Amino acid sequence: MLLFLEQCLNGLQLGLLLFLLAAGLTLIFGIMDLVNLAHGSFYMIGAYFAATFTALTGNFIVGVVLALAATLLVGMAVEVIAMRRLYGRDHLDHVLGTFGLILFFNELVRLIWGPAGMNVPLPAWLNTHFQILPGVEYPTYRIAIILVTLLVALFLYVLVMRTRIGMLIRAGATNREMVGALGININLLYTLVFGLGAALAGLAGLMQAPILTVQIGMGENILIVAFVVIIIGGIGSIRGAFIAAILVGLIDTVGRGFLPDILRLILSPRGASAIAPAMSSMLIYLLMAAVLVVRPEGLFPVSNK
Amino acid sequence: MNGLLTRRNIVVAALLIFLAVLPVYAAISGNPFLITLFTRILILAMAAASLNLIMGYGGMVSFGHAIYIGIGGYVVGILAQEGFPSGFVQWPAALIVSALFALVIGALCLRTRGVYFIMITLAFAQLLYYVAVGLDRYGGDDGLTIYARSQFAGLINLSSKTQFYYVCLVLLFGVIFLIWRLINSRFGMVIQGSRTNDRRMQAIGFPTFRYRLACFVISGTICGLSGALLANHTEFVSPAMMHWTRSGDLIVMVVLGGMGSPFGPLIGAVALLVFEEMLPFVIKLLGTPLFGEAAAHASEYWQIIMGPLLLLVVLFARGGINGLLAKGRA
Repeated sequence: MLLFLEQCLNGLQLGLLLFLLAAGLTLIFGIMDLVNLAHGSFYMIGAYFAATFTALTGNFIVGVVLALAATLLVGMAVEVIAMRRLYGRDHLDHVLGTFGLILFFNELVRLIWGPAGMNVPLPAWLNTHFQILPGVEYPTYRIAIILVTLLVALFLYVLVMRTRIGMLIRAGATNREMVGALGININLLYTLVFGLGAALAGLAGLMQAPILTVQIGMGENILIVAFVVIIIGGIGSIRGAFIAAILVGLIDTVGRGFLPDILRLILSPRGASAIAPAMSSMLIYLLMAAVLVVRPEGLFPVSNK
Repeated sequence: MNGLLTRRNIVVAALLIFLAVLPVYAAISGNPFLITLFTRILILAMAAASLNLIMGYGGMVSFGHAIYIGIGGYVVGILAQEGFPSGFVQWPAALIVSALFALVIGALCLRTRGVYFIMITLAFAQLLYYVAVGLDRYGGDDGLTIYARSQFAGLINLSSKTQFYYVCLVLLFGVIFLIWRLINSRFGMVIQGSRTNDRRMQAIGFPTFRYRLACFVISGTICGLSGALLANHTEFVSPAMMHWTRSGDLIVMVVLGGMGSPFGPLIGAVALLVFEEMLPFVIKLLGTPLFGEAAAHASEYWQIIMGPLLLLVVLFARGGINGLLAKGRA
């Protein structure tokens, strides 16, 4: 039971991280109609920046803040140099162009930071355990991740639904020309949104950095899972992305934790241990297939698309 | 200008003649690596041609097409491992299994369109990738070595590099011819019509879903054949051959060569793979006099040039090489 609770928290944490990636993807798609495969590269770059800045300044928090700002700048630069030219083009062009960007970023990172992975040490005050229930301990850092991502989700909600910028973003998604005609600098708005998406992905990456090894290509596998999230949630819907991300995070983590035991009930122990790892990697894709059969547009389709 | 003697047709014809006589040249110059490289190019060109059928003509951008290479390859590898070395068993089995997978995946994915289709095919590819990683009995992550190439009762000896090359070449031409016939048939017209305006095709009374699904299955089957060939070529199968970046490479080949043209994928495969082989040498050659040791070091990072180059092709050369040749024929 305690193990189950811990797995659920891990799942929640993975789900919230996925939400950070999926929110950026779905924002960029919903507003600029742009498929960005290179989104995972920002995840990777955020983690590398965090590793470097933490090592330079010797302070984890300062390193994280600097890394976040740097990822935001890189994202905006990429938008101005490359992405801007892809708006309004065929989706296939987006796929190809951003596929090229992935190759570029992977090699660039290899050139700058070298092929070996990096580790980010946690400061002592985060590297402790926290008692969530009497007798149940959970790493403080993971709780911090959950809190920070929840705050970011709230911030996104307020930003998009309650501020003037958010109003412009929503208006830009509906009718780009009209917003431009009303005197809004739509190019600047797009650059900001793209930078915001990149920073969200970077935040996800840099928060994972102390838990995982920072390495080249780390963004690609999680990016595909983020795609699964936005397909389940409905492309363009932030609310859908949030719910689907938590669903996917929980199913993936809890599935990995408990599927072997469940399979052992119906199969021989050897058979169960042979297929359990593959089965649990497949769970979220099966979920996606099931959702597609019932609702091809995802759980929360955006009506004006 | 003579209708047949366009610049594009001359380049294609030259390429075909080059491919036909390549083994002779390789034998004379004593450079067997050329045959190995170009066998690989022919096989991947076949996979790209199958992708071109659904992507170029049908508008279905599959970002998971490399899995059929993997499926075809794994069928050959697994049958070889289990004691069925005969190609008469292995190859039809590879085709049938690929077709079945394409049928299931297509039936699910074709419920969607556009970006959804791109991402869903990618996700299914990832799913099967994990299945291959989980195949402990057949090497899992490390892959499976094939100790003998498919045997055809002494009719053809695939272990001979030259014979295998010509088998691939003939099959590739067969596939390109088949696709060309297919897209000019009534079936192909429906597929192309459905790309342009699916609703209108349905209104005329065509059950376009079935047509598109059939097209998807044909494409997957052809790609499965290329997988069977690739397994024989490398004598090794592993999950890496169906990694999603492989699917990306296939899309690059099709777009680079020219989407929706019969020989585009072949041109694209030759261009991309020859470029990949040459770029490190070119960087080294041109850079060394200028930058010395640093250039030799930089040639390892050739993808840093490849990536932006792709972006440039997307931005400025929409029709790919095929389009450039057709445009500049004045």
